[in-house]
Amino acid sequence: MIRIATAQLWVHDQEEALAFYTKSVGLEVRSDVTLPEMGNFRWLTVSPAGQEDVAIVLMAIPGPPVLDAETEAQVRELTAKGAAGTVFLTTDDCDAAYAELSARGVEFNEEPTDRPYGRDCGFRDPSGNNIRLTQLREM
Amino acid sequence: MAPHPPARHLLRAKDLADARYAEPLTVAELAAAAGLSRAHFSRQFRRAFGESPHVYLLTRRLERAATLLRTTDRAIATICFDVGLNSLGSFTTSFTRMFGLTPAAYRAAFPPAAAHAIVPGCVLRAYGRPQHRTFREDGAQGPGIA
Repeated sequence: MIRIATAQLWVHDQEEALAFYTKSVGLEVRSDVTLPEMGNFRWLTVSPAGQEDVAIVLMAIPGPPVLDAETEAQVRELTAKGAAGTVFLTTDDCDAAYAELSARGVEFNEEPTDRPYGRDCGFRDPSGNNIRLTQLREM
Repeated sequence: MAPHPPARHLLRAKDLADARYAEPLTVAELAAAAGLSRAHFSRQFRRAFGESPHVYLLTRRLERAATLLRTTDRAIATICFDVGLNSLGSFTTSFTRMFGLTPAAYRAAFPPAAAHAIVPGCVLRAYGRPQHRTFREDGAQGPGIA
């Protein structure tokens, strides 16, 4: 059996991303490990309370030798342009979540809207990643 | 803290166009969302996203109009205003240029909007129930045994 364990987002700044995903979105830290022997590479993952087996890796955009300088600049730019990734979250109450996250300063790019599949809204993380928050309709 | 590339601010303007396309948005408002002066903004936006803010907003509105043509039975003039455009003539011109069909022809090329509507099952059951008829009791025409 194959299951999803982690999905990755590029972030411009891990501290900023950590504060955003924990304090503003309300996720929990699953792993926060810094490896000095690997140039202080930091493995930072977050996921919702009650969902310990699936996490988002908040990955700092690496420079050489992982990514050549030109690619690093491109990834930074693509992330800032909102072209680097999307994560879909789900909730039981889209409007309540919207109100709660808005009150914590989350930058929404779409207010709760009715869709054929339910009700959803969307926000950006500080780096520009697109996060959708969907309340699925009962079919 | 690692700084964000300047494009992060331009993305705010793009998000504003996506969210508020139906309102009479000006380039000045989009520039303000990006925190840039108007002249500087248009040039930077084009560099980041490949087209001017004005063209981006227009294509967003036309995309919405195309969706409404496919999925609703709203009148074409109503759709033009619903997506934030205020001239039916220029709407028809730019829509035709972008989609290769007039709004009316574009709509006709898709199944009727009713085919896409998700009407709740309870409503279909309530409103779709036929009138029961027994041919002995009334002479009305209706579905049933001929």
